[in-house]
Amino acid sequence: MGLKSKDLIGIKALDAADIEQILDTAAGFKDVLGRDIKKVPALRGKTTVNLFYEPSTRTRTSFELAAKRLSTDVINFSVSTSSVVKGESLRDTALTIQALGADFIIVRHSCSGVAHFLANNLDASVVNAGDGTNEHPTQALLDLFTIREKKGIIRGLEVAIVGDILHSRVAKSNIYALKKMGAGVRLIGPPTLVPDVLRDLDVEIYSDMEKGLKGADIVMMLRIQVERQGKGFFPTTVEYFRNWGLTPERLAGAKKSALVMHPGPMNRGVEISSDVADGMRSVILDQVTNGLAVRMAVLYLLAGVRE
Amino acid sequence: MKVVIKNGRVIDPSQGIDGVCDLAIEDGKIKEVKSEKSRGKSQKHENNRGTKEIDASGKLVLPGLVDLHVHLREPGYEYKETIRTGTTAAVRGGITSVCCMPNTNPVNDNSSVTEFILKKAASEGACRVFPIGAITKGQKGEELAEMSIMYEAGCVAFSDDGRPVMDSLMMRRAMEYSRILKVPLISHCEDLALSAGGVMHEGLLSVTLGLKGIPPQAEEVMVARDIALAELTGGRLHIAHVSTEGSVALIRSAKKRGMADVTAETCPHYFSITEEAVGNYDANAKVNPPLRSRKDAEAIKQGLHDGTIDVIATDHAPHHRDEKLGEFDFAPSGISGLETSLGLSMRLVDEGVLTYSGLVEKMALKPSGIIGIDRGTLRPGAEADVVVVDCSREYRVDAGEFLSKGKNTPFGGWTLSAKPVLTISLGRIHEWE
Ligand SMILES: [Zn+2]
Ligand SMILES: [Zn+2]
Repeated sequence: MGLKSKDLIGIKALDAADIEQILDTAAGFKDVLGRDIKKVPALRGKTTVNLFYEPSTRTRTSFELAAKRLSTDVINFSVSTSSVVKGESLRDTALTIQALGADFIIVRHSCSGVAHFLANNLDASVVNAGDGTNEHPTQALLDLFTIREKKGIIRGLEVAIVGDILHSRVAKSNIYALKKMGAGVRLIGPPTLVPDVLRDLDVEIYSDMEKGLKGADIVMMLRIQVERQGKGFFPTTVEYFRNWGLTPERLAGAKKSALVMHPGPMNRGVEISSDVADGMRSVILDQVTNGLAVRMAVLYLLAGVRE
Repeated sequence: MKVVIKNGRVIDPSQGIDGVCDLAIEDGKIKEVKSEKSRGKSQKHENNRGTKEIDASGKLVLPGLVDLHVHLREPGYEYKETIRTGTTAAVRGGITSVCCMPNTNPVNDNSSVTEFILKKAASEGACRVFPIGAITKGQKGEELAEMSIMYEAGCVAFSDDGRPVMDSLMMRRAMEYSRILKVPLISHCEDLALSAGGVMHEGLLSVTLGLKGIPPQAEEVMVARDIALAELTGGRLHIAHVSTEGSVALIRSAKKRGMADVTAETCPHYFSITEEAVGNYDANAKVNPPLRSRKDAEAIKQGLHDGTIDVIATDHAPHHRDEKLGEFDFAPSGISGLETSLGLSMRLVDEGVLTYSGLVEKMALKPSGIIGIDRGTLRPGAEADVVVVDCSREYRVDAGEFLSKGKNTPFGGWTLSAKPVLTISLGRIHEWE
């Protein structure tokens, strides 16, 4: 058994067994992370390159730590967004990094399809750390890990994803992953940010948050990019919060046992109230911890494919 | 020079010919088309010395094709294509007249650029080039370009292709003014606000690929606007690269009403492939307007079949290899189409969408009529623009073999059957195996 591809580009290309295997492997690594000595020698001598065209301290740090816990060497390679158009071509940058002997390339880029492009052009294992508005697979995997850890099972759960679905790679990867694992998915948000065509993926769509949250087991909030305000997607963040902000009152409409998730960083008072973010049902910090274990599992399993 | 192309199936809708004939050419002009019957009697006397005989048995003999929509890139973007390479590729594709779009650098918005293009074409071109001038200066949509001076210099139509005229008043004035020349305005119909940032057809696929979509309505609102303006002004409107079902319906109803002088073209990629060709971010399938849905492609075929769409043009848009490599969002739009156009379009005959004559009408006769040139015909006295097509052997499309500098095609690896094996253009005979 093992993953079929040398790369992790998106959840789209995985099946339920692949996802299950990653989650099981991550569970093992989570035990390791609870020990005094948190490092394992599994991938000693390998090199991981973080190639980030978009700044993201969280994701980059999580990958960096995951790679180090597996004893790989880590190089951080940041390219400023402004140089993307004018500077060295994507392919040339990638080939340079390959020439350095990278075994893993963790890539984040503002354009969809970049992870795919690199995977096709390089021998190294490419892990997508977020490409444009396409996918962010490790985020979805850590979300599923967290859900499974708290709820025991994913199949049959009702998961509400709230916010800017159209532009959210986190939402996309979660939709694919949750459907593959047998959960029900509801998408909630303004019609400008929740494309109707997604109904074809067998999900429910609501613009009325109260209706959408009714009986939900999981409420997954997305970060609203404040820059979209005034661009015609919604009038103001004040009005957004009034219609789609997660408050204790709204959360009361979900199941009593419902969990609240958020990929971070949060905009308190825009998509989520502090009462909820810091409340009993929030598992937001567990997500961060689990991210480390899941990313270790991904690197470990991909190394197995290349061997 | 005398040439006789013998025993081919000659298709010439301008004379209602579809049958095995001999085509005689003398001094660069068509001399006569002789049918089997009349041929038998005089055959013996005809073996004149100095006559080149070409056996076209089992092949089609068509008037050289006329392409209303080509980007030759010169002046300014010679790394993508030149007049020499573009016209050479055209001839390879059976095309003997190309109309070149004005979005060069500098823009063809004044007669000196028009003259440059024609001079270059005369010295280096493998086929005739008919320049299309810009509607507005610099294609900026602000001031009319000097249309009648450019017309005198040789422009056959006007278009702000690629940078459509968004200001409706400006477009109205252009249509009114163009009436003095009786030439068409070729409109690239795209509401730039509605399509902004878009890189492919809007739908489930664009959402799941994370690519910004362009809804069909971005084209259709402008088709509707331009038809309304054509009705208002009496100007001649030719709608470029129709890609959607809704546009076909709008044009059909406009033609039925009969209030507007409107014609329309589509391109082989809009009836041959769909948005699915984008696959996993293949920038060779990035084109503007974008490849649409299966329903749209079917509607385009219906539009060709019932006469709503008059013309098949290529919108040949060559780009350098490096430009199509990398981020899909940053890749320029366009398909190198001159060398696959006939092969792809001939599939319409196999599918029963068009007859051979219908196809030649769309690819030679009608486009000539729209720009008012005496081409696309095998009438005696016409220029000897001829293409001989072999439909009997299948071949694989290999972009590496294109004579165009642009190797950007989504049809690489396709199997086609119609292939030009001989083209006569500008008095020269080009033959290939
Ligand atoms: Zn155009
Ligand atoms: Zn064009």
